[in-house]
Amino acid sequence: MKILSLIVSAIVTIILVLLFNTRMLLPVPLGQLLNPQEGLWQNAEPVDKNYSEQMSFPQLEGKVKVYFDERLVPHVFADNNNDAYFVQGYLHAKFRLWQMEFQTRAAAGRLSEIIGPKALDYDRDKRRLGMVYAAENSLQAIEDDPETLAECNSYTAGVNAYIESLTESTLPVEYKLLGYKPEKWSNLKSALFLKYMALELAGFENDFEATNAKSVFSSADFEKIYPIVMDSLDPIVPKGTVFPSAAIQVKVPSTADSLYYDNKDSTTITEQKPDKDNGSNNWAVGGQKTKSGYPILCNDPHLDLNLPSIWYEMQMSTPSYNAYGVTFPGAPAIIIGFNDSCAFGFTNAQRDVRDYYEIKFNDSSRSKYWFDSTWVPSTYRIEDIKIKGEPDFLDTVIYTKLGPVMYDQKYSGGRSTNHKDYAVRWKAHDRSNELKMFTLLNKANNYGDYLKAIKYLHTPGQNCIFASKSGDIAIWDQGEFPAKWYRQGDFVMPGTDSSYLWQGMIPQAENPHVLNPERGFVSSANQMPADTSYPYYLGGSFPPYRGWEINKRLEAMNNISAQDMMELQTDNFNVFGKMALPILIKNMQVDKLSPQEKRYFNILKRWNLRNDTDSKGATLFVVTWDSLETVIWKDEFLQSGLQLPWPNESTLLDDINKYPDFKFYDDINTLNVETLPDDVTAAFKMATAVIRKADENGKMEWAKYKDTHVEHLARLDAFSRLHLSIGGGLNTINAAKPQHGPSWRMVVSLTPETEAYGVYPGGESGDPGSKYYDDFIDKWAAGKYFRLWMMKSSEVNDKRVKYTMSFN
Amino acid sequence: MKFVISTILIIFFSFLGCLFFPWWIIGIVAFIIPTLIYQDHFVSFICGFISLFMLWGFLSFWISLKNEHILAHRVSLLIFKTDNPFLLIFATAFIGALVAGFAALTGSYVRKEKQQTNF
Repeated sequence: MKILSLIVSAIVTIILVLLFNTRMLLPVPLGQLLNPQEGLWQNAEPVDKNYSEQMSFPQLEGKVKVYFDERLVPHVFADNNNDAYFVQGYLHAKFRLWQMEFQTRAAAGRLSEIIGPKALDYDRDKRRLGMVYAAENSLQAIEDDPETLAECNSYTAGVNAYIESLTESTLPVEYKLLGYKPEKWSNLKSALFLKYMALELAGFENDFEATNAKSVFSSADFEKIYPIVMDSLDPIVPKGTVFPSAAIQVKVPSTADSLYYDNKDSTTITEQKPDKDNGSNNWAVGGQKTKSGYPILCNDPHLDLNLPSIWYEMQMSTPSYNAYGVTFPGAPAIIIGFNDSCAFGFTNAQRDVRDYYEIKFNDSSRSKYWFDSTWVPSTYRIEDIKIKGEPDFLDTVIYTKLGPVMYDQKYSGGRSTNHKDYAVRWKAHDRSNELKMFTLLNKANNYGDYLKAIKYLHTPGQNCIFASKSGDIAIWDQGEFPAKWYRQGDFVMPGTDSSYLWQGMIPQAENPHVLNPERGFVSSANQMPADTSYPYYLGGSFPPYRGWEINKRLEAMNNISAQDMMELQTDNFNVFGKMALPILIKNMQVDKLSPQEKRYFNILKRWNLRNDTDSKGATLFVVTWDSLETVIWKDEFLQSGLQLPWPNESTLLDDINKYPDFKFYDDINTLNVETLPDDVTAAFKMATAVIRKADENGKMEWAKYKDTHVEHLARLDAFSRLHLSIGGGLNTINAAKPQHGPSWRMVVSLTPETEAYGVYPGGESGDPGSKYYDDFIDKWAAGKYFRLWMMKSSEVNDKRVKYTMSFN
Repeated sequence: MKFVISTILIIFFSFLGCLFFPWWIIGIVAFIIPTLIYQDHFVSFICGFISLFMLWGFLSFWISLKNEHILAHRVSLLIFKTDNPFLLIFATAFIGALVAGFAALTGSYVRKEKQQTNF
């Protein structure tokens, strides 16, 4: 009897231990996770934690001191540049290791290793696009440049110094929850991080959908639905600027009419896409327009809003430079910021540098492909995708002269079957060393230095903005961009003939740019960089409205202060609403509206054109316009049975203004012939049906309806910040969409003593158990800024210094 | 008296053990102590249970208090879908307590077996 009790009790104990020690229920044993001495409790850092520390590393040549201010922003003072990069790597790892590792694994198509088969399609997409191939090419360029190589080596050594110091209990909490461990860092991982950004910024693509649209619509209709130039365009280079003629004369292939423009083939490819609005605002005003008489530079890059933030703020000071700004955890140098002489920033150039070619293979073995009238042997790259809990997935990717065959019979990107082979030519595959640009910008003293620096930027193309204390303001639409003939690469191209390849790159000096213009400011907001007088085809997809509004406002402003610039950066005026609302009001068939709809219509009519947090009119406008697009386009689009690119909202507005009898007004599913007023009224009824529900739930005010949130990278709601009260959105300067928007707002007044302000929606620590995890978010949402402190080495006893780390 | 001494020993050695071994060392500690200091089975179970409930409960509570419950708010939401730091503290204490309780019970049965064979 006693023996039996013993056995039962022992079995229960063992079962309990196994239960709390298994990885079957959760990715990580519950006992281990909750053990207060090594589990997640160890990530709950005391709110009064002291970060001061003394460390010694043989890799360092001199001494480095890091002073943390009250926001935990580190001010790094190093005896030499490479030591500074070592400490930058160390700090990135200490505060952001999980995200930098996660993002580089994502870039390399290795998420299945940690989260299992559900990430397989994501991984295959990255492998087939050649992300690792691209990073390897970048790494070669880094290794060819001794300065960049030394910088990367130091950075990597710093990251690894921290990784080696980790114990089970000091691992970032995400590793504990997902049940895996960090790998050693490498220069290739930094290169992969930059490709991750290149994909975000220069990876958006509509070629397959556009090819389908070309197969469905007449070319006249196509030009109306997908025009190149928008009516509201106010380009980066002011209209009327005279450009020299093109140094590269591109030749349209002789077969283009039959094989390209009039080709009616369609495709079944479904692409994974970055956010189409990965954009940004930046502008710089010259001293003649400012109160102080010195330039002011402003930048707010619009990216996915994530926690931990893509940005990590810091100051880096060495005998050869002193720079402050935001950095990318995963790469060395300051990315957007300022030094003692100038300031620099970026917006996305939105140029199309990713094209597809249809490849003709010999047979199902695909050992040869037809190119310029010969059979060329294929080369193969075997992608070994490790999957958690399952055998590896082997994917063979064929590399051609045109690029890797991304889509084929085995991979269509979605569920549909595909029998064609498409190779991708992506500019990010080419060898280039973008890091060098940041290194040089950090040290830049003047316009000449800036110009030398930005020549290293090939991909992703950016509008690089610059202002200096000496009074220069400038912007370059910079990148290495292919010179294209009209509509080249907007659709899938034939891949059997070299006449369809990119025929050359636009010489850097011919990139659109502006230096110290008459009007006293330079700006960009992802609009088309120049009008059609620019001698090269610009293609792409450019939103016109933010740029239009920014230019109009800057034009009218004088005696500008930093405060004025902050107000402009967070302005909620919806310029698109100003242009489009009269159309809705004029065409509404009020007599067809119910009493409730009439009440809503009155709110819409009285809307003050601002996307403020409590605006009900903004919600009505946005939802009505979306509905109008649906009413006008959806019938024809559905009928095609193909995936088509959804037209830009600027297009519909322009079409309405230009074509009173636009044939798309008619709903092809009815016997009647609908007109614009019919469509506007139908759209409004559709919109109010949605809004009524929101209204009943108390969510009709714009901020509540839009529901902006900053989401944890692993999509854990508990680690995210939800339901933020912030206005703005698409087509407002304050471009805060639901999970996308101003990821770093910066205003730098280049007075002799720099006066700078900034804020990002996050916090310096990546640990969800730290009070520094999300402590900037409320300030960001409220449109407020922190004064940025460019610390001097003489200020070590300043009361703002909270903690000191010493490295030697 | 035995109860108090056993409790103190289990708490002390569990804490020490977790510095060097995985979490399940608490089961071994809670098993060994009652084989050395015999108590009634039920009392042994309570003793093991309370020891770890106190140890893990106190440790997690103390850590969380100094953290102003920032992490516990978030993780309780993640695991239990309710925002309650004390639920996470309780779960931590309870898991430790359950394992230690049954381990101690097993230990007390082993001790009893040994005594019987000795006499």
